[in-house]
Amino acid sequence: MIFMKAIVDCNSFYASCERLFKPALNGKPVVVLSNNDGCIVSRTDEAKALGIQMAGPYYQNKAEILKNNVAVFSSNYHLYGDMSKRVMDTLRLLAPEVEVYSVDESFLDLSGIDGNKLHDYAMFVKQTTELWTGIPVSVGVAPSKVLSKVANRLAKKDKLGSKGVIVLQTPQQQMEALQKTAVEDIWGVGSAGSKTLRMFNINTAWDLRNMSEAWAGKNLGGVVGVRLVKELNGIPCIEMKDPLSKKKMIATTRMFGRAVFELKELKEAVATYIARAAEKLRRQSGAAGAVSIFLVSNNNQSQYQYAPSSRSAYVALPSATYLTNVLIAYVMPLVEALYQKGSKYIKAGIILTDIVPCAMVQYNLFEKPESAASQKLMHIVDNVNFGMGTDMLKFATAGTKKNWKMRQELRSNRFTTKWDELCWVK
Amino acid sequence: MEIEQFFSAGYQGSKSFKQLDVPNANATGFGAPTDDYMDKGIDLNEQLIRNKPATFFMRVQGNSMVNASIHDGDIVIVDRSIKPQSGKVIIAVVDGEMLIRRFEKTINKVRLIPETPKLSPMEISEYADFSIWGVVTYVIKQFS
Repeated sequence: MIFMKAIVDCNSFYASCERLFKPALNGKPVVVLSNNDGCIVSRTDEAKALGIQMAGPYYQNKAEILKNNVAVFSSNYHLYGDMSKRVMDTLRLLAPEVEVYSVDESFLDLSGIDGNKLHDYAMFVKQTTELWTGIPVSVGVAPSKVLSKVANRLAKKDKLGSKGVIVLQTPQQQMEALQKTAVEDIWGVGSAGSKTLRMFNINTAWDLRNMSEAWAGKNLGGVVGVRLVKELNGIPCIEMKDPLSKKKMIATTRMFGRAVFELKELKEAVATYIARAAEKLRRQSGAAGAVSIFLVSNNNQSQYQYAPSSRSAYVALPSATYLTNVLIAYVMPLVEALYQKGSKYIKAGIILTDIVPCAMVQYNLFEKPESAASQKLMHIVDNVNFGMGTDMLKFATAGTKKNWKMRQELRSNRFTTKWDELCWVK
Repeated sequence: MEIEQFFSAGYQGSKSFKQLDVPNANATGFGAPTDDYMDKGIDLNEQLIRNKPATFFMRVQGNSMVNASIHDGDIVIVDRSIKPQSGKVIIAVVDGEMLIRRFEKTINKVRLIPETPKLSPMEISEYADFSIWGVVTYVIKQFS
């Protein structure tokens, strides 16, 4: 049997989601901004051609954006999350095994498909996904994950020539693709790694492929380096992973929409983040044994000078819990302890750790187990919030005004998840 | 291309439903004799959505399709995976605008037909900025 893996990667995913419901933007430059409208996180090819940089701050690109009439959107994670699920659900029907790697890319196991039908099948995966979900994708197919990433990158770079699909099957195809790929562009090689490689005069993926495993083991961080060289040689070493359905830790961190100075507001934000994280915790039937929090302040005068300082604290709970009110009660004293009057807070976060399945919680002699009543309360809170909209029911600590909330001035409708925000047709 | 041989039907089960979704009485005294006959009950999602990842809901603005009983404010269910055959009601994209119309395809021309005397059919030339977004499968309307 031939072992083959494919990676399916959505093209400019967030921007493509926006375009699907605003077809007038097809062929036009579109960018999507990060939380708080800070940086550019998704660009269409047309926006890339204008020289707008990925992760570039919005304010630095604003002149260029206005001049070229670029469509700008705040990130709409409700929409992107739903569209991502549609893409992944489609892929699950097309391949026996799918590993969701990120919000917009998945590895597919295509082992066992006849070699001369592989390209047709990859094209079929692409066309079906695009037809059903409306999201354009690129597909790279090769014997190993690293090679499939190389193929995918080349398919994306030359959409006209490749029609969005590249299969690296023969040694000749693999050689040509690797020669066209710089070491920086190999999956898993960071900027630090590529500097090391360039020092050894290894400039392309092909150069690296031809190094011995012994050399890689010595110079590229041991087993990781060996694996990389093997993968480039088409020997699969990175297997398909099971989905991370149960998370070992759950974090909620956000930048504030504007700077926060007051302790009260800070506590509201942290309590809200706890509520959100505890909701996720209950969704995976877990209980957390410890909570960490951190507060980030930036006391510089200019908003563009970014020299943040971060303070954090940690509390181990007497017994693991999933009750929002209990978590809030343990964390609020930490916020008070960390708070420094006069500081300008720009971000806060909480991390739930030591997560165990809630059936396995060990109670100690002095702690009362979660009462049936508080369990029921959580159940009701979750049901109301899922059914009627986030934060319909919440604990009073979380505040009612939320001046610090995320800035999303240019958000489009949640076309696929909210009944009153559907797309209009004439 | 020989694509058909890999994958036959348009729909192969994107709905998820488990045995456990079937309720039973869990009676404490006698076992309820109806338990063996319990159905899952009528679920509108299951009935109205044929292919979940390809199905979208949209709201109609205006009365371009009144004679097909699609009125202003109605919700239409749109399936992107259905082949747009002549005669179906579709969501078309013309010059970047999303329109609901009846699709008419003959040997040498494509037309978009509104279902109201107030608008005239639109002929789609070869060079027009035109695409089909999806096919309308159901209409949901509120009476009171």
